[in-house]
Amino acid sequence: MERDFTKKKVRWIERGMEGLLFAAAAAAIAIVLGIVYVVVSESTKFFAQVSVIEFLTSTTWTPLFDNPQYGIAPLLTGTFMSTLVALAVAVPLGLLVAIYLSEFAGARTRETIKPTLELLAAVPTVVYGYFALLFVTPLLQSWLRPFGVELPSFNLLSAGIVMGLMIIPYIASLSEDAMRAVPRSMREGSYAMGATRLETAFRVVVPAAVSGVVGAVILGMSRAIGETMIVVVAGGQLPQMVTHPAQQGATVTAFIAQVALGDLPFGTLEYNSIFAAGLALLVLTLMFNFVAFWLQRRYREAY
Amino acid sequence: MAALDVQRSRDLTAHPPGLALRRFKDSAFIIWGIIATIIGLGTLVTLVTDLVHDGGHRLTLAFFSSFPSSEPAQAGILSAWVGSLLVIFTTALFAIPIGIMAGIYLEEYAPKNPLTSAIEIAVNNLAGVPSILFGLMAVGIFVQFLGNPNRWFSFLPEGFREAGAHLFGQSILTAGITLSLLILPVVIVATREAVRSVPREMRQGALAVGATKWQTTQHHVLPYALPGVVTGVIIGISRALGETAPLIMIGGLTFVAFLPITRPGDAAFETIGVLDEYGAAVDPSATEMVTIHHSGVVVLPDFTERAVTAGETIELPHGSTVQSVADWGDALASWNPGHWLGQEFTVMPIQMFNWTSRPQAEFLELAAGAGIVLLAITLLMNGTAIYLRYRLRKSIKW
Repeated sequence: MERDFTKKKVRWIERGMEGLLFAAAAAAIAIVLGIVYVVVSESTKFFAQVSVIEFLTSTTWTPLFDNPQYGIAPLLTGTFMSTLVALAVAVPLGLLVAIYLSEFAGARTRETIKPTLELLAAVPTVVYGYFALLFVTPLLQSWLRPFGVELPSFNLLSAGIVMGLMIIPYIASLSEDAMRAVPRSMREGSYAMGATRLETAFRVVVPAAVSGVVGAVILGMSRAIGETMIVVVAGGQLPQMVTHPAQQGATVTAFIAQVALGDLPFGTLEYNSIFAAGLALLVLTLMFNFVAFWLQRRYREAY
Repeated sequence: MAALDVQRSRDLTAHPPGLALRRFKDSAFIIWGIIATIIGLGTLVTLVTDLVHDGGHRLTLAFFSSFPSSEPAQAGILSAWVGSLLVIFTTALFAIPIGIMAGIYLEEYAPKNPLTSAIEIAVNNLAGVPSILFGLMAVGIFVQFLGNPNRWFSFLPEGFREAGAHLFGQSILTAGITLSLLILPVVIVATREAVRSVPREMRQGALAVGATKWQTTQHHVLPYALPGVVTGVIIGISRALGETAPLIMIGGLTFVAFLPITRPGDAAFETIGVLDEYGAAVDPSATEMVTIHHSGVVVLPDFTERAVTAGETIELPHGSTVQSVADWGDALASWNPGHWLGQEFTVMPIQMFNWTSRPQAEFLELAAGAGIVLLAITLLMNGTAIYLRYRLRKSIKW
C-alpha cells in the first residue's frame, strides 16, 4: 500500500500553491474574455442605433459632426495605408538584415548587432511620433519639393516609414531565428554542389525557414495595425478615404485615441463609436494572429 | 604548344561559366546587408541626436522639479515623473507575481488538457493585441464598472463603495493594473523560457531526496531561472513605462499641477461637504462640525477668509475650503497607498505627447526634453536586460 508521509502542513501548502499558480495562469484567459466582452457589449449598444450595413459600406466617418455618418472604411484605409508603408520599409530591410546576420556575418558581429537592433523596438512610441512629425516629415518635405510634391505636415507617409523602422527588429530578429534553425547539413549540401552563400541563402535557407519568416512579417504587421501614438502625432486625425500615402488620414487607433482625449461622456453614441472601431481592430488583429498561427502549422518544416 | 597551354589553363580554372558574376553578387549582397543594418542602427543614432539637439538644453534641475505650466520657460516634468514612478510601481506589484506564477504553472504544473491549451492560446494572443484595446477594456471594467460602485454594487456597505469609488475610476491603481495586464505576456513568456532551461536533473535530484513539487520549484528551479525571469521583467517594465495609448483611454490627464503624494511645505486643501461638478456645494445650506488639524485659513463659500488654529473645532458650511501648509506628518501620511492609489495622474509619455501636440516651438523643446529622459530610461533598462542575458549565456553551462 502506498502511503504519503508528507506532513499535513506541507500538503496544504502544495495544494494551495498549485491553486494559486493555476489562478495566475487562468488570468490570461480572463483578460482575453474581458477585452472581448467589453468591446463586444459596448459595440452592441452602438449597433443598436447604427446599422451594420452603414458601418461596413459607408465611406464617410464623421461621428463628431452634427449629421454623423458611421462608415468604418476611411479609418480602415488609413490603417492599411500606414501599415503598407511600414511593411514596404520593414520587410526588405528586416529580411536583408536577417539573411546577412544569419548567413554572412560572423558570430561576434551577430551577437553585437542583434541586441542593439532590438533596442529599436524598445523606444517608446510617443518618442517615435515626435521623430516622425518633427524630423522625418520636414526631411521628406525638402526632398519631395523639387519634384513638385507638397507633403502636408501631417501625413501617413512619415508615420508609416517610422513605424516600419520600429518593426525592423521584430522581422529581422524572428526571421533570423528561423533561418538559423535550418540545419547546417542542408547548407553544406548546397555548398557541396557549388552554390555560393547567396544562392544557398535564397534557394535553400529562406525556403526552409519560410514559415518562421512569414510569421515574423505578420507579427510586424499586426504591430503596425495596432500602433497608436505614431499615427496620432504624425498622421493627422482627419478621417478620409486614403488613396496615396502622402495624404493625411486617421487610422482606427488614431480615432479611438482622439475621442478619448476629448471630453465626450461615456455611454453616448459618439463615445460608443470607439468601441465599434475597437471591435474592427480586434477582429483584424485576431485574424492576422490566426493566419500566422495557421501558416506556421501548415508550412512548418520539421527536421 | 600554344594550344596545349590553353588546354591546361582551362583545366586548372575549370570553373562553371559565370562564376565571377556569381561571386560578385555574393559580395555585393554583403554590402546590401550592411547598408540595411546601418539604416536600422542609424535610425537609433539619428533619433537620439535629434532629441538631444532639440531639447538637450532643457535638461536642467528645474526641469525635473517644476510642474507643467502654460509658461514654457517654467514648465517641467515633476508631476509626470512622479506619476510614472507610482504607476510603474503599481504595475510591477501586479505583473511580477502574477506573470511569474503563471509562467511556472504552464511550465511545471500544467497538465496536457484543453484548458491548458486555452491558456497558452490566450497568452499568445494577448501578446499580439494592440495596447489601445487594453485601454478600452480598462475603460469598461475599471473606470465605468468598478469605478461606479454606487451604480453596480448597491448591496455592498457604504464604506466599501466609497473605497471602491476612490481607488478605481481614472486613478493610478487603474493605470497600474491596466499596464500590468499589458505586460503580463512578456513576463510569462520570459519565465517559461527561463524555467524550461533549468535541466531536468536539478528537479530529479530534489525530488529523489523527498522534496515536494513546490519545494523543488521554489528552492531548486526558481533560483536558477531567476536571471532569465529578471530579464523579462525589466523588458516588460520598460515597455509599460513608454506606453501612452491605454493610459490616454482611461483618462490620464495632460495637465497636472499637483502630486499624488504631499511634500512638507506644500499647500494642502480640504473642501467640506459634497460638491457638484463645478466645485460648489450640492446643498449650500448644510453645515458640518470640523476639527482643524493645522493652523491655516478657511475660505468660506462667499470667499471671505478666516484664520483658524490647530485643534479648533468649528462649524463650517459645505463648500468651505480649509487651506494649510503640510508638515512632515502629512507628507509621510500621504505615502499610504490608500491615499495615492486613488489619485488622478499623468505620466511622462502623456506629458510628452501633450507638449508635442502644441504648435509653439518652446513646447516642442520641452517635448524633446521629456523624450530624452524617457529614451534614456528605456534604453538603459533594455541595455541592462541584454547585458544580463549575455552574462547568463556565458556564465551558465549546464
